[in-house]
Amino acid sequence: MPERIVYMDYNATTPLHPEVKKALVEGFDIFGNASSMHTLGRKAHEEIEKARKVVADFLGAYPEEIVFTGGGSESNNTVLQMIDCGSATCRCMSKGRLGLVTTQIEHPSVLNVAQYMENKGISVAYLPVDPTGKVDMEAYKKALAKSPALVSIMMANNEIGTIQDIRTLARMAKEKGALFHTDAVQAVGKLPISVHELGIDYLSFSAHKLYGPKGVGILYVRKGAPYCTFIHGGHQEEGRRAGTYNTLGIIGLGKAIEIASKEMDEEVARVRALRDTLKKGIQDRIPDIHINGHPTDTLPGTLNVSFQGVEGESILLYLDMEGIEVSTGSACASGSLEPSHVLLATGVGPELAHGSIRFSLGRENTIEDVNYVLEKLPSIIQRLRKMSSAYSVPSLGRSA
Amino acid sequence: MEWLYSDIVKDHFMNPRNVLEDETSFQADGLGTVGNIKCGDQMLVAIKVKDGVITDCKWKTYGCASAIASTSMLSEVVKGMKLEEAYHITPEEINRRLGGLPEHKIHCSVLGDKALRAAIDDYYRKTGQEDKIQKEKAIIVCQCMNVTDKDIERAVKEGARTYLDLQNKTKIGTVCGQCKEQTLKLLEEYVHLYG
Repeated sequence: MPERIVYMDYNATTPLHPEVKKALVEGFDIFGNASSMHTLGRKAHEEIEKARKVVADFLGAYPEEIVFTGGGSESNNTVLQMIDCGSATCRCMSKGRLGLVTTQIEHPSVLNVAQYMENKGISVAYLPVDPTGKVDMEAYKKALAKSPALVSIMMANNEIGTIQDIRTLARMAKEKGALFHTDAVQAVGKLPISVHELGIDYLSFSAHKLYGPKGVGILYVRKGAPYCTFIHGGHQEEGRRAGTYNTLGIIGLGKAIEIASKEMDEEVARVRALRDTLKKGIQDRIPDIHINGHPTDTLPGTLNVSFQGVEGESILLYLDMEGIEVSTGSACASGSLEPSHVLLATGVGPELAHGSIRFSLGRENTIEDVNYVLEKLPSIIQRLRKMSSAYSVPSLGRSA
Repeated sequence: MEWLYSDIVKDHFMNPRNVLEDETSFQADGLGTVGNIKCGDQMLVAIKVKDGVITDCKWKTYGCASAIASTSMLSEVVKGMKLEEAYHITPEEINRRLGGLPEHKIHCSVLGDKALRAAIDDYYRKTGQEDKIQKEKAIIVCQCMNVTDKDIERAVKEGARTYLDLQNKTKIGTVCGQCKEQTLKLLEEYVHLYG
């Protein structure tokens, strides 16, 4: 057994906040169908509307602009399919426009849908990013000039943490008459967000990235923005998303947001300090590394580091043996032959992409956790480099 | 809780045998490197040979857990083995001794046998026994048109990127089509390597 368990994979998912857990346990008894007219049904309905109000207030939106969904992937799918929803009578988003603009570093739940839309004949522009992960503005201007129907750009990247200037990007889209969606799954609760100030039309979020339960999320839809239902079959969410209300999940989501609205500022500062200590500690202790992402415009808890000459899965498994839980952009971990598409898009090259480790910190991490990682990591990297054919093999005339 | 790999893999990953730690003092009789850092796996095998027998085998590997474990296992297996025998060790054999790897790992991470063959070839070359170097055998993929994996590799090197390109160049899968799935897999791998 390792001396300590250090979970640093908060961008993958988060544990429930104790108060969310408590709210969920209490919520188990509210079993009524929120669509029913009787007392129990109305009780469930009340809880859902309470949560909707909390979410709306947090995002600076109106409650009726919040649609509860099954999570971030569903929210993203819902928005992207609106470009060409397939209904002969519905051209609500496109108005003759059939293009999509997105980036090369989106989450698969945007990228794969974009590719699916492309197969259906939609033209898609995948914007490149600079080495820090920021969208290439020249490419963006060119793509907008082709009058796309929709732009979808993530607010903050899950792998490298880079934050985009959504306000500017959304304004530029609006000027060209395009609608704007942002996947804010990693950003909500970590950055101050006001949808109206940002000037966006759609926003996706998932509760489990913010200490809420899995399988529930939201889609913000600006009042007056086009909308085509993705999941048909019921009148729920004003006909915008069918399926019996996930009362329990929604209660948990509401609670998670309620906590974030109270604790966010303090928690973000605390986590950022831990992340910066970890970054400095790694830089001081380990040679031949590369910090991926943007130096300042980055999520508070995300630190992505490439270690020259070692492969990510090996690092991950050695760390796991020490109780440290992280993720990697290596191909071995992805199940495909390609390493992280995000890192490749930033131009670090396949070797450093294979050797990348993402530390993502969150509310249960302490300075002791950071010190523990700094104690274990250097010897692991040293050990793997010693057995690596890609790091310092002087007799072969190769060196790092 | 079950680990990702077998206990043997875990043991060889955590306690790798015969790592080449001091390159300068290990006088190798044969040295072979295969793989590509870009693809995520690279291996170096160094052997000492006496009277046609491998007396020592050291290695270095850049790669995932199964790559490290499989090279470690290989180095154990070949010590004391005749060159002719070592020449024909297969990935399947290493995989079996490791207690089985996940299927998607076998092709990409078990490269040790190829690195070993390269090391033996190097030894043959250095000792004037080039005649013993064997060309790698091709495996027939398409029985109908007699197309091998080497043919597919060559076609990709020459620019084929899609199944249709391959068919135009090699006529693969143009009769019964049974080999399509295997062909697509190989195509993906070769495009990844050469594309």
